[in-house]
This record gives sequence, C-alpha cells and structure tokens, in this order.
Amino acid sequence: MRTVSRWFQRNLIRIYAVVAFTYLFIPVAYTFAFSFNDSRKSNLVWQGFTFANWQNPCGAPEVCSALGNSIKIGFLATLFSTILGTMIAFALGRYNFKGRSTTNLLIFLPMATPEIVLGASLLSLFLVFKINPGFWPTVIAHVLFCISFVVVTVKARIASLDPRLEQAAMDLYANERETFRRVTLPLVAPGIAAAALLAFSLSFDDFIITNFNSGTMTTFPKFVYTSAARGIPAQANVIGSSMFFLALAIVIIGQFVGRKRKVS
Amino acid sequence: MSDLANGARGDLKLSHITKSYGDFNAVNDLSLTIPEGSFFALLGPSGCGKTTTLRMIAGLEEPTQGSISLGSTDITHTKPYQRPINTVFQNYALFPHLTIFENIAFGLRRRGIKDVDDAVNKALNLVELPHLAQRKPTQLSGGQQQRIALARAIVNRPALLLLDEPLGALDLKLRRQMQIELKWIQKEVGITFVHVTHDQEEAMTMADTIAVMNEGEIEQMGSPADLYDNPGTAFVANFLGQSNLIKGTVSGNDGANQIIDLFGQKISLQKNRSHAVDNSIYAGIRPEKFRISRLETATSGNVLTGGKVEDVSYIGVSTQYQVLMPWGQELMVFEQNDDGVAPFSVGEPVNISWEPIFTFGLRGDEDVEAGTEVSPDEDLDEE
Repeated sequence: MRTVSRWFQRNLIRIYAVVAFTYLFIPVAYTFAFSFNDSRKSNLVWQGFTFANWQNPCGAPEVCSALGNSIKIGFLATLFSTILGTMIAFALGRYNFKGRSTTNLLIFLPMATPEIVLGASLLSLFLVFKINPGFWPTVIAHVLFCISFVVVTVKARIASLDPRLEQAAMDLYANERETFRRVTLPLVAPGIAAAALLAFSLSFDDFIITNFNSGTMTTFPKFVYTSAARGIPAQANVIGSSMFFLALAIVIIGQFVGRKRKVS
Repeated sequence: MSDLANGARGDLKLSHITKSYGDFNAVNDLSLTIPEGSFFALLGPSGCGKTTTLRMIAGLEEPTQGSISLGSTDITHTKPYQRPINTVFQNYALFPHLTIFENIAFGLRRRGIKDVDDAVNKALNLVELPHLAQRKPTQLSGGQQQRIALARAIVNRPALLLLDEPLGALDLKLRRQMQIELKWIQKEVGITFVHVTHDQEEAMTMADTIAVMNEGEIEQMGSPADLYDNPGTAFVANFLGQSNLIKGTVSGNDGANQIIDLFGQKISLQKNRSHAVDNSIYAGIRPEKFRISRLETATSGNVLTGGKVEDVSYIGVSTQYQVLMPWGQELMVFEQNDDGVAPFSVGEPVNISWEPIFTFGLRGDEDVEAGTEVSPDEDLDEE
C-alpha cells in the first residue's frame, strides 16, 4: 500500500500531464478519426474505414471554394495587418509623441470588444457607406481585429531589443536605413513572424465577425456552421485535420531550426 | 588607412562642452584636449558625466553648447556613422543574429569594402580568438565577447577608440589580464584610446593621462603618478586611493618650503605642492608614506607625536593601523611588513613620521569627505 502511494506521489506530475493532454487532444483525435469515416449523409456514426475523403477532399459541394475564400482572406488580412501593426508597434515602442498612451489604449479596444458587437457595428457602418457585405468588407474587418494582436506581439519584441545594438550599428558606419535593415529588422523579425502566424490563424477561424460582413460569400468556418444543420461532410474533417498537422509541422520545424542554430 | 569614412585625424579637442537635461547639467563647460596616440582615461564616480562625455564624442548625444573637433575638422553635429570613431560598448552590444566574423566585418562592409577577410582575420588574431569566427555571440564567454567587441572596433582603424567601462562585467582576475592586454594592444595599433571608468586602479594601470571628473567638470588632469602624489583637491585625494587630510595653518616660510602648524606641531611642505590659497590649509599624506615608531625610536623628517594605536589589521603584505592623534583625528598608516619589527599593539603610544617631500597641501575650505565612498560596504569592496 505504501509503495503504491509513494509511486503515485512520485509520478503525480506525469499522471497530471497525461490527463491534461488527453483532455486537450481527444477532440482533435476524434476529428482526425472521423475523416476516415465512410459516411454518406451524416458523419456522426462510424460507418467503416475509407481513404476516399482524403483522396477527394473537394468532394463535398462548396467545401473547397469556402476553404479558398478563407485562405485568400487570411492571406490578405495577415499581410495588411502585419505591415500596419508592425509600423504602429515601432511608433509606440520607439517614439514619444502626443497621444501615445491614448493610442496604446485604443489599440487594445478591438481585443476587448465582444466580437458580436464588433461584427454587428461594422456591418451597419458598411451599410451606411453603401458598401455591400462580401469579400473586401470581410478583409477590412479581419485587418481591423488582427492589427491589435500584431501590435501587442511586435511591441513586446521591440521592447526587449537592446537600444545599444542600434547605437553600435550607427557607430560602425551604418546610417539610419542600413541600421534598420541590418540590425533592427532582423532582430524584430521573429516577433513579426509570430504576429503574422497569429493574425492568419485568427482570421482563418473567425466566424462571428465574418458571418455579419461576408454576405453570400462562404468561408470555411461559415461552411462548417451552415452544414452542421444537415450533417458536416467528412471532407471538413479532412481539411480540419490537415490544418492541424500543418500547424504542428510548422511548430516542429521552428523548434528544430531554433535548436540547431543554438547548437552549431 | 586612407579608406576612412571621414579622413579626420589628430588631437581630439572638446571646447566648452555643456550637456543639459532640463535644469540639470550632466556636463558643465568642459574643455579638454586628448593628444593623438595617447591612452586617456575619464575617471569618476557614477553620475559624474563621464559616460555622457563619451557619448558626445561618439556622436550618440549632441552637446547643448560647445564644440568637438578632431584634428582640424569640427565634428560637433555630425552623425555617429560619419565619424572615424568607434566604441567598445559596456556589455559589448555584439549583434546576436550575426556570426563573430560578420560582427567584425560589419563596419568594413558598411564602408563599402568588399574584401574583408584579411582585415577580419588580422583583428581576430590580434585578440587571439581566430577559432571563434563562425560562432554566434551568445556562445562566447564574457571575456571572449569583450575581445570580439574590441576587435570589431579596432578593425576599422578609427582615429579614436572609445571604451565605455569595458571591463566592468568581467571578474577580477580576467579584468587584470585584460588591463595589461588593452594597454599592449593600444601600443600595438597606435590608435588614441579614450577610456571611461569608475575604477581608479583600472585607470591608473592603463592610461597615460587621467582626467578625474566630478559633477560634470574636470577636477584634475595629469599622469597617474601626478594625480596620486600631488592631488589638487580633496576629491582627487580621496577618489584616487586613500588620504589623511589634517587641518592646519601656514605659519611661516623656510626657503622652498612652507611651515605648517598642525594642532601645535610644525611640519614642512614644498611650496610647489601646495594648492592652498591662503593661510588655511589641509596637509595631505598618503597612508603608506607614514612611518610608525615607538617613542624611544629616533625619527626624522616631518614628525607628529602623541599618537595611540587604535586598531591593527594584519593583511599579509602590510599592516594597517588606525592611530588616534591628540586632536581626536584617526590617521591611517600602512606599514610594509618588511622590517622584522613586531607589529604594534592596540593602545601602544607611537609617533608618526614621513619624508617632507610626500606632503601635499589642499585649500583649507575643502570638504574633506569629498570623493570618499558613501557607504562603508562600498569601502570594503574597493580594497
């Protein structure tokens, strides 16, 4: 009895880790498993194993056009929000100007505002300006809420940058532009990359704001939502699983490159 | 050497430089000439304006007033990258994303030099770390980073090399070694070095000339020996080593000497070593210049009688005494343990004597505490 309780004490942290990870990954595993389901109408009951869904991910109507829209919107929103957000982050992190603290506060607002409010008020704003919901209004909405996250991420990186490195570059005959290109930008780049990945994933799985502002255009989250009523096709599981493994691969490669850089 | 960003060479001249932050003058009407090829140290406690002065020379700060020139070129308002001046930063500021090789090549490449291999390898050899060329800065020890920072600056053959507390982050043993090495490298490359430090030992070991700074102004300037043997102010007397300062009055003349009355006892002081402006004076004597003796022992030179040993600290190479004088002041006496005489014990009555040429005179209105460490803890660290 005592040995059992001692074993338990010694391994408590491992047991906790296993339980926590199980909890986190059961839904992912479920999604992945049911991407192999030989389903006809509904993908709720296990019907048998098949590779058909993976061989033909666009098999279900509209699934790939919805995915295409999501990727396009995500790409554009990431591009614009990363550029704008990085510039704002530099302004806030490096310069003292009138209204700096106000800007800091305003940048936080879109993060704190409930999406449902943001989405609804954006729609009414677009309608006031006689802009019909659709692709571009959705991109604009996504840029709006992604910027906040980009600013926060990049600003943290800039704050951790030793100003003496830039002074050293200037001291070593690099003018302002070269200093930015050779020293500042490469050192802030990991922060910008992290911000871009964050922006893409936020844009890609946004549903509420998109639903208000996209009109008849379907994105991947919208597609999943609307098809939930009549049964989500297994192709959605294929795409969801693919996104998961893609993200996992990016993280693993990132870790690997980072470690290799440290060792060599 | 003709490939400099700016061909200016020669003495560095600061004329009436003032740097103000609001009402506060970090540097106050400072004028200074640093001769080409010298090893110059700006020495002072933190907040004395030495780093601000260095940053103005580098171009990282602009003086509020005054001008800086190198040879015959005015560089007061030029950008850092337009000056033939390089800096070894405190904590080195090596670029973490570049290899050691690229760190050293950085300045050469920015000046448009294509073939950098030779110069970089020479610089790496000079600091004896050629095998680290392909490493990243984070893989180096503090001492190695320090050398690379030096190589990165020297490779550009600047007219002037600035060193901002370059050895502050190193441990004592490594610091001693680097002091000797820096001095050697300066001789080897012949570049003017301007070194900023709060460590008087570091300044004295390396520099040809030291400017002691206090509250934004230069207190005194000279060779290490000049400053130590004949300090002009109480601040210098206390900041460079330790001093006994005894209040007195000038009571007469004897040829090249002044006769000083110290609480009724007469001593002599060379007139050219007195900085007093009237009869009120502080007589200064370094603790190691004193000789301590028993009452029956014959003494010569300047003598102060009536002392009593208050405290004895045996520290191997020497013994340090605190001797209480009849007027209530405790004097420090450092005695070399080289004469076979048994150490004096606490309570023993003693006389103190010294060669008159070691006496220096300070103005009688000086603050005798100026330049001494504020807290007793720091005092212990210094020794």
